[in-house]
Order: sequence, then C-alpha cells, then structure tokens
Amino acid sequence: MSLNAIKRALWIYHINTGSCNGCDIEILAALTPRYDLERFGMMLVGSPRHADVLLVTGPVARQMAPRLKRVYEQTPDPKVVLQVGSCGMEGGVFYESYNLVGPVDQHIPVDVYVPGCPPRPEAIIEAVAKAWVKLEKAEQVA
Amino acid sequence: MSWLGNSSLTIAAIIGGSIVLALLGAFFGLLYRGIDRKLAAHMQGRIGPPIIQPFRDVRKLLAKESIIPDGGVSWLFQACPFIGLVASILLLTYIPVFGPGALLEGYGDLILILYLLIIPSLALVVGGFASSSPFATVGAQREMVIMMSYEFPLVVAIIAIAWRISHVTDINPFIFSTVAQYPIWNQVGPVGVAGSLILLFTLLVVTPGEVAKVPFDIAEAETEIAGGLLVEYSGRNLALFYLADTIKAFAMVSLVVALFFPYNLSPVIGIGAAAPAFVVDALFFLLKVFLVMFISVTLIRTAMARFKISQASYIYIMAMTLIGLVGLILLHVDMIV
Repeated sequence: MSLNAIKRALWIYHINTGSCNGCDIEILAALTPRYDLERFGMMLVGSPRHADVLLVTGPVARQMAPRLKRVYEQTPDPKVVLQVGSCGMEGGVFYESYNLVGPVDQHIPVDVYVPGCPPRPEAIIEAVAKAWVKLEKAEQVA
Repeated sequence: MSWLGNSSLTIAAIIGGSIVLALLGAFFGLLYRGIDRKLAAHMQGRIGPPIIQPFRDVRKLLAKESIIPDGGVSWLFQACPFIGLVASILLLTYIPVFGPGALLEGYGDLILILYLLIIPSLALVVGGFASSSPFATVGAQREMVIMMSYEFPLVVAIIAIAWRISHVTDINPFIFSTVAQYPIWNQVGPVGVAGSLILLFTLLVVTPGEVAKVPFDIAEAETEIAGGLLVEYSGRNLALFYLADTIKAFAMVSLVVALFFPYNLSPVIGIGAAAPAFVVDALFFLLKVFLVMFISVTLIRTAMARFKISQASYIYIMAMTLIGLVGLILLHVDMIV
C-alpha cells in the first residue's frame, strides 16, 4: 500500500525533551478551534506506537537523550520527525547549559525543523504539511 | 423472518451472509465514527475532519509497521485483535440490523448477546495484559472494573423488557422477533411508559461505557495512561482493534434500537413489495441508529469530561442499577393498577 494513505491521516506523538513548555502550549493551540489541526486528519495520540509523526520540543537534557532514542525506535515505520523550537537546534535560551547534550539531530534524524521561541501554531501546521511533501518524495524514490 | 427468508439456513448462506454483514458493519461503523467526529468538532466550534477520515485512518494503519513488544506474549498479543473483531462481527449476526430479522435469528437470543458483548472487551483486556506494558496493565484492570460495573444495569434493562413482554405473550420474550412483534411502548400504560423511558435512559448511559467513549473511556485514557490498553499496539493490530471498536459501537446501538424502537417504516407508508420495503426499512434503521448514537455517544462525550474509575464504577453499580430497578418497579406497578 502506498504512502498516499499516510499523509492524509497523520497521527502525532509529542515528546518533551526538557522544553520550557512554551512550544508545548503552541502545539495545544494548534488543536483549538482557531487552528483546528484535526480538519487535516491529524490527531495527537498518547503512545509512540500509534504515531506517524514524532514532534520533539526542547533541548535534549542529559537524562532525556536515551529516552528520546528509545521513543524514536518505538515509533513504527514509516515515520517523520519534526523538531519544534529554537532550543532543540542550537540551545536557544539554554545555550551552553551544563546539563544539555546537544541538538536533537545529534541523537535522532530530524526531517523538518521549526525555528522560533516559541514558533506560532501556523508554523507548526506548515511543518506538518512539509512532512507530507517529504513523505511524497520518499515515495517517488522508493 | 430471517435475512434469507427461510428457516433452514445452509452453511454457505451463513458464511456468505456473515461476510456481507461484516463488510456492511465495518462500512457503517466507520461512517458513523466519521459523522460522530465531525459533529463533535462542530459542537466545539471546530471544522473537524472529513467524514471519511476513519477510512483513511484504517488504510494508513494497515500500511504501517506492526511492532510486537519484546516482553509481551507474542501469539496472544497478535490473536486478541482478531478475537475482538470476530466477536464484534458475531454480534451483528445475532442482532437484527437494517430492518429485517437477524441473520442467525432463532440460533441465539438476548442472553447470548449479553455474553457476546463481553468478548470484545475481554479481548482488549487480554491483549493489554499480553503487551507487558505497565500502562496497558493499568488500562486492562480499569477495563475489567468498568466491564463488571456496566453489566448490572445492562442486564436489568434487558431483563425488565423481556419480563414485561413475557406477560403479553407465551412466545420466548428473549428472541428479537418477539420484542419486535410486541414493542414495549404498545404493551404498557402511562406508568409503564415512564418505566420504559427510565430503562431507555439506563441503556443510553450504558452505551458509552460499552463502547469506551468519554466520560467512560478511563481504560483508554490518552492523557493519563498513554492510550491504556492499546499502548503497545501499532499498525495492522491497531487497525483491527479500531475496526472492532467501530463495529461494536454500531452493534451496541443497533441493540438499543432493536429493543426500544423495533418499528419499521414500510408498513406505515404502505409499501408491500419486498425489495423497496427492505430499502425503506434499512434507511429508516440507519436513521434510528444515527439518532441513538448522536444522543448516547456524540452528545455525552462532547458535553462531559472523563470520570475517575471509582466514579464511573459507582455510577454504574449504584446509580444506574437503582434507576434501572425503579424502571422495573414502574413496569410492575403498571401491571397492578
């Protein structure tokens, strides 16, 4: 079966790797009536086993690094990783903090980056749309 | 009257009829799930997913990888989705759907339905325990508690109706054709109508617990226990549980319709021929299912927040059982006065 089925029904699992909760609130804002993520068939799910999209917020705290890898491995293929917020890219407000172990993409492969502190819900929705495009390209290659 | 019009069903007819029913049940189950999600979204001031979204979800899940957890009991973990789905389809063969009688009319009655209703939940529980995740174990324990809780009011409501009908006729009152032949509303006086309304209310409150919807979805609570019973399920296995869930919801609502609204439209508007009468009755049945599902699933789940497991259990064992018994007493009072 083609990936075409997947891009119209993306289920999102949100993992917080030490975020300040700012990005997390923006993700919830994307579910509210104003932005309504569900009209595109997207849904927040409670388990990485159900997810197609892994949405990572926050810099990677030392304790979270092995957990992040484990959650990535628990997500069934095919999957996309979204990295939301500036701190997951270069530290943001936590820059050079003693308890961080680097950007998210040093631990798991990231497909789409969403900069911002925090990014607006529009940016997050656009990132998921870009993830669709990425899946389409992967389909063309395969 | 059975689906195929004769009493001696051949094996081939049963198999063929079951396959047709399974396909129809899956189609309408998913369709009603889509309508439910759309209406719930509208009630919250959102646009909501397209009505065909559940079909897309199932298609997507079938295309995904199915992971079996290392610590789990592999064969049990994989068998449970099938057991759940088969039991849900089995429900449809005993409950009269789309107007005429059930496919296996005469082979099983309301008592059998009561047992069959347990099996999909039981498959979820066993699958949850087999997946070795602590979240799934907690979910499975909660599902067992809620299963034992809603059983009592459900039985009270069904027994009360059958008991009242048994005073009208000598035919076995637990058979759906008897219930359809003697609709409860036509057999009772004003007090009895009040009692029947109370029993209907009991059954409407049992339905969201039976199909695990808010406020009784404590076993699958995503925000507290990460999906509960289903936490380790992915891909094809999750799709099977998803299908079983929608089919069971359709069957459960059909049961409420068959017990309380067994009326058909075709005799009223005077259509005699078999084929058009069947179409009219089927459409009328789908309308009845929609109304019951809208009230007991969509409206309640949009209006309420999730109960705690102790509250949900208390509501079913104490409150709903007492309310059901009041309905039973009113039915009895109706016979005396």
